[in-house]
Amino acid sequence: MKHLLSAADLTAETAGQLLDTAEQMDAIQAREVKKLPALRGRTVVNLFFEDSTRTRSSFEIAGKWLSADVINVSAKGSSVSKGESLRDTALTVAALGVDALVVRHNASGAVQRVADWVGCHVINAGDGTHEHPTQALLDAFTLRRHVGELAGRHVVIVGDLAHSRVARSNVLLLRTLGAEVTLVAPPTLMPAGVAGWNCQTSWDLDATLAGKVAGDVDAVMMLRVQRERMGGAGSGRAGEVGYFPTEREYALGYGLSPDRLALLPDRAPVLHPGPMNRGLEISSAAADGDRSVVLDQVRAGVAVRMAVLYHVVAGAPETAPAGLIEVSA
Amino acid sequence: MILLREVSPLGGERTDVRIDGSAIAEIGVNLDAAGAQVIEGHGMILLPGLVDLHTHLREPGREDTETVATGSAAAALGGFTAVHAMANTNPVADNAEIVDLVHKLGEQAGLVDVRPVGAVSKGLAGEQLAEIGSMARSAAGVRVFSDDGRCVSDARLMRRALEYVKPFDAVIAQHAQDPRLADHGACAHEGELSGRLGLPGWPGVAEESVIARDVMLAAHTGSRLHVCHVSTAGSVEVLRWAKARGIDVTAEVTPHHLLLTCELLTGYDPIFKVNPPLRPEPDVQALRAGLADGTIDAVATDHAPHAPHDKDHAFADAAFGMLGLQTALGVVIETMVRTGALDWAGLADRMSVRPAAIGRLRGHGRPIAVGEPANLTLLDPAVDWLVDPAGLASIASNTPFAGRRLPGQVRATFLRGRPTVLDGTLGEPAGERGAR
Repeated sequence: MKHLLSAADLTAETAGQLLDTAEQMDAIQAREVKKLPALRGRTVVNLFFEDSTRTRSSFEIAGKWLSADVINVSAKGSSVSKGESLRDTALTVAALGVDALVVRHNASGAVQRVADWVGCHVINAGDGTHEHPTQALLDAFTLRRHVGELAGRHVVIVGDLAHSRVARSNVLLLRTLGAEVTLVAPPTLMPAGVAGWNCQTSWDLDATLAGKVAGDVDAVMMLRVQRERMGGAGSGRAGEVGYFPTEREYALGYGLSPDRLALLPDRAPVLHPGPMNRGLEISSAAADGDRSVVLDQVRAGVAVRMAVLYHVVAGAPETAPAGLIEVSA
Repeated sequence: MILLREVSPLGGERTDVRIDGSAIAEIGVNLDAAGAQVIEGHGMILLPGLVDLHTHLREPGREDTETVATGSAAAALGGFTAVHAMANTNPVADNAEIVDLVHKLGEQAGLVDVRPVGAVSKGLAGEQLAEIGSMARSAAGVRVFSDDGRCVSDARLMRRALEYVKPFDAVIAQHAQDPRLADHGACAHEGELSGRLGLPGWPGVAEESVIARDVMLAAHTGSRLHVCHVSTAGSVEVLRWAKARGIDVTAEVTPHHLLLTCELLTGYDPIFKVNPPLRPEPDVQALRAGLADGTIDAVATDHAPHAPHDKDHAFADAAFGMLGLQTALGVVIETMVRTGALDWAGLADRMSVRPAAIGRLRGHGRPIAVGEPANLTLLDPAVDWLVDPAGLASIASNTPFAGRRLPGQVRATFLRGRPTVLDGTLGEPAGERGAR
C-alpha cells in the first residue's frame, strides 16, 4: 500500500489484514515498554493544516511506539491565506527527507492532491468533509471487538452526515466489510445524492433504533454536530440560516437520550468519534453508560494507526510476520 | 490583395474568394490570381470570423496570466476576429477610463477587435450602478454590461440596470448564481458526486431561479437580457419558455459545458474547477440540444487564464476558470458538427452571427458576400490536433483539454482583410498601422 487516502481503497481482505495487525499492535499497550523497532530510522511528519488534538496525538504515539522519528508540522493558514500554494508547502515538507506524510486539511481532496505531488507515502488524517479512513478503521476495530465479525451486522450512524468525513469513510468501510448501514439525520444534514450510497437512510431515529426501518440494530454511532451549523442566536453566525432551528430541537429529534438508549438491544455499543457535545447529540447517560465504547475507540486509534503506518511505510507483507510484537532492546 | 482559392463558404460549394483591402471584393470560380497572394483552400471551410461574448483578458491587474495582447493572439489563433473582455479586472472596468484603456490595448495588439464589457455595478459590488452611460458613450462604445464572476443578485439593482441601458441599446449579461443558494465556496455540481467527494455543492437551481427572475424582469422592463454560461437543463427549459413568450432574452453556453462532465472532479484536480461548475451528462445533452435549436444563441468561451500558483491548491481553495479561446472551435466541431447537431452555417450562426448581434458589433458576423468586411476564418476540418498547454498563446496554461485531440485547425484568420493568422501561425500584429 503506497498511500491510504480513502476507505474506498481498502478491499475486505486488506482491511481485515490491517485490523488483524492492529490487534497485534494493541497487545503492546499492556506492556511496560511500549516500543517496537518496526519503523526505526523512518521519519513521519504529521502535516496538519487544521487543528487537531486527538488524531494528531494518536498518530504521534503510533509512530513513536513503532520507533519512527515523528515530527508535527502545523501548517494552519500557511497555504492560501499566506500566499503559499498547497503544492509548495507539501513539496517543502517532503523535501526534508520524509518517509511518510500524515496529512489533515480542511479542504476535501487536499490529501489526494498532496499525494499526487510528493514522492513519499501519504496517509489521510482527515480531508475536509470527504474522508477520515483511519477513523473508519478504528471504528471497525472497536465494533469487531464488541459485536464480532461485521458481515451482516447493522450499524446506525446519526448526525451531521452532510459535513462528516467520518460518516463517508465509515459507510465505505462498513459496506466493504459486509455490514448493513442506516444513516439517520434531518433532511438538511443528509449528503447530496445519499440515495446512491448503498445504504439505508431515515429521518426517524426512534423508528430506526426500534428496528422498524432496517431491522434490529447492532451498534449506533453518534456524530458530532458542530454548533456553528445552527442558525440564529448562539450559533455565532448572526444572519446565517442554520441546518436546524435550535440545539433543543435537534436533541429532541436526534440526540441519544436515555429513552432512546433503552430502545437499543442490550449488547449494542454506542460509538462517538469525539469530541462530544453532551446534551446535544449524546446524553451523559449514553456517553458514560456501560454501552459506551468511546474510550475504546481512542485506544483503538493508536493500534490502528500503528498498523496503517506499518503497512504503508514499512511496506509490510500481507500478514504481519511472526515475532513482530517483540519489545526492542 | 488576397485570393482564397477553392474554399467552401459555410461548407457549401467550392469557390474562390478575393479580398481587396478590408472587404470581400469578388466571389466565384476560377478568379484571376494576378497580383494576389494566393492561399490554397483545397475545400477548407470558410466562416465569418468568430465572435466571443465572454473572455477574461486579465489586463489591467493580472498581466502575469494574460494580457490583451496575448489574449488577442490566442483569440486570432482560435479563429476569432472579435472578443468581449469582461469587466472583472483590477481596477474594475466600471468607468470610461478603464474601458477605453482596454479598447486601446486591443487596438495596439491589432489581432482582434477587443470590445470591453463594462461593469453593471460599481466595483462589481452589486450595490449601485456603475457609470454605464459614460462607458456606453466612450470611445470603447460599450454595449455589453456584466458583473460576471458575480451575480447581480439584488432584484432592484437588476431591474434598474435593465432599464438604464435602454437608451444605449445595450444588454445586461447576467452571471446567474444566487449567492444564497451557491455561495463563493460552492465549487462542484450539487449531486451524488459532490456528496461523495465532500465538495461544497453548487446546485442547478441557484442558476435557474435567477434566470427565471431575470426573464420576468426583462419582460417587465421591456429590456434586453443576456444570460452568461448557461449550464443546466433546467436553465434551457426556462429560456425556451421565455423565448416562446417573446421575452427579449439571449443566452450563451461555454465549450467546456458542451463537452466535459462533473465526473472529471473525481481526482480533485482544479484544472476542472470552473464557475458554473461542470454538470452531469444529461445537462450536457440538454445544452447541446438547446444550442442546436437556438434556445441558446451563442457559444462563448469564458476564457479564464490563471497562474499555476492559483490552481496548485486544494480543490476548494483553487481559482475558478479555464482557458478556452484556442480550443472553442474544436470543441464545438466535436460536440455539435460531428454529431450532426449543427451544420457549418449553424456553427457560424452560433459562434459569429448571433454573438455579434448580441454585442451590437458592426462588421462582424456578416454574410460571406461581396462588399462585406473581410472578417473571416479559414478552417481545415480534416485535421485533428493535440492540445498542448505549452503550445497555446496564452501566458497561462490552464486548459482542461490537455492531451485531447480536437478536430479542425484554423489555417487563417482575417481581420478586415489582413491575415492575423496564416498557415496556422500568428501573422504580423500590424495593429491599426494599416492593412498590407
